[in-house]
Amino acid sequence: MTGAMLRFAGVDFAHEGQPVLRGLDLAVPEGGITVISGPSGSGKSTLIALAAGLLTPDAGRVDRRCDSLGVVFQNPALLPWKTAQENVAFALSGRVLVRRDRRDRARAALAAVGLAPGDADKYPRQLSGGMCQRVALARALVVEPDLLLCDEPFSALDGDLRRALWQVLGEIHRRRGLTTLLVTHDPEEVSALARGGLAISCGRLDRDGRLRGG
Amino acid sequence: MRNRNGNAWLWGLVSIGLLLGLWEWGHRAWGPLVLPGIGDTAGALWRMIRDGTAGPALIGTAGHAAAGWACGVLAGLAAGTLAGLREAVRGAFEPVAIILLGVPAIAWVVLAILWFGGFWAVVFTVAVATGPLVFAAAIHGVQSVDGGLLRMARVYRVPFAARLLHMYVPHMLSHVFPALATTLAMSWKVAVMAELLSGAGGIGDGLATARAHVDTAAMMAWIVVVVAVLIAVDLVLLAPLQRRLWVWRDDARSSGP
Repeated sequence: MTGAMLRFAGVDFAHEGQPVLRGLDLAVPEGGITVISGPSGSGKSTLIALAAGLLTPDAGRVDRRCDSLGVVFQNPALLPWKTAQENVAFALSGRVLVRRDRRDRARAALAAVGLAPGDADKYPRQLSGGMCQRVALARALVVEPDLLLCDEPFSALDGDLRRALWQVLGEIHRRRGLTTLLVTHDPEEVSALARGGLAISCGRLDRDGRLRGG
Repeated sequence: MRNRNGNAWLWGLVSIGLLLGLWEWGHRAWGPLVLPGIGDTAGALWRMIRDGTAGPALIGTAGHAAAGWACGVLAGLAAGTLAGLREAVRGAFEPVAIILLGVPAIAWVVLAILWFGGFWAVVFTVAVATGPLVFAAAIHGVQSVDGGLLRMARVYRVPFAARLLHMYVPHMLSHVFPALATTLAMSWKVAVMAELLSGAGGIGDGLATARAHVDTAAMMAWIVVVVAVLIAVDLVLLAPLQRRLWVWRDDARSSGP
């Protein structure tokens, strides 16, 4: 680990006058997994949105030292009129790639998250919730990110499926050493990752928007 | 599914049969001058086809309706998309669209006859009647794109052209398609009305001639032509196109598995 890939320094953020995050200091070390847990409404999704640059802090700084970013949202956010492969390839729209290269990369990313080749041509409505989240994960990975942000990505899935997907995520981290920040309300998810032998830094967001640990 | 479709067809045939029965009953009750019989109407239609009146009139009205509809749709889509994307454009265009929608089509015909006359009077009337409806649908289409998709596209730095082509346009289609289908049917009705008043040829001119001759059978025959064209456009063009476009949807309108 060679320093922080993502750093929050004294970040305050309020939504419609209500403080969501207060004085947040957090450093996400390069190559590690950082897990922030906290109850619903504690500002976990806001933290991810700030980290992704989708929101601007009211005070303090968010410094991101990465060229490419992957995000897995709570909702898979798939384009319903595109197949799984096209959804993954959509994240590459800004890259100068020939169509075939784009397709091959998308197929490889889908295979990496354990989706069968036959599923690549299916529309989201033809895929289960777990498969849709795998597509969203593949889309985050296809851009070859330096930093992966996960906003309770598997919280809507049932226990077995969730464990299987955590395993996939852990395996990808082990292979690529991908810097990962994930937020969850379920402490069991943290222990599921820890059981996989991964080095994890943990923190906890309280309801008042303050971070303990991390 | 097949059984349900079969039932729908059967009920459709029953309702058409009832309508024809009502027509024939009205004919017998009020006489041929008020309401010509089905046989008289069919005879008049056959005469119009045989003497070469129906074909050119049909082509003329199709040309007027298509040209006006295309102008209205292009203007409505362009303005609606811009207004959906930019609040200032919306603020500028929306009141204009509301005013245009408030003006009765018949008033546009009268003005257009004075301003343009002939072919362009009909095209203008159709365009100005259809454009605002497409504009409203396009605004709604752009503004109802899911916020999650917009955030996802921002995170992956998807260029504007790709967002427009792969995100906005397919989403907008589901909002704009019903407006396109409605305005397509509307374009025929408005075109016929404008032709009738402006003497620009087409089916409207045929109706005007039939009215002048108090030939109600010919009037009904022209009406049958318009309705037949609208039904044919829906069955041959719109319904298959809708199934093809919405293959990804999880409802009865999709042709997907």
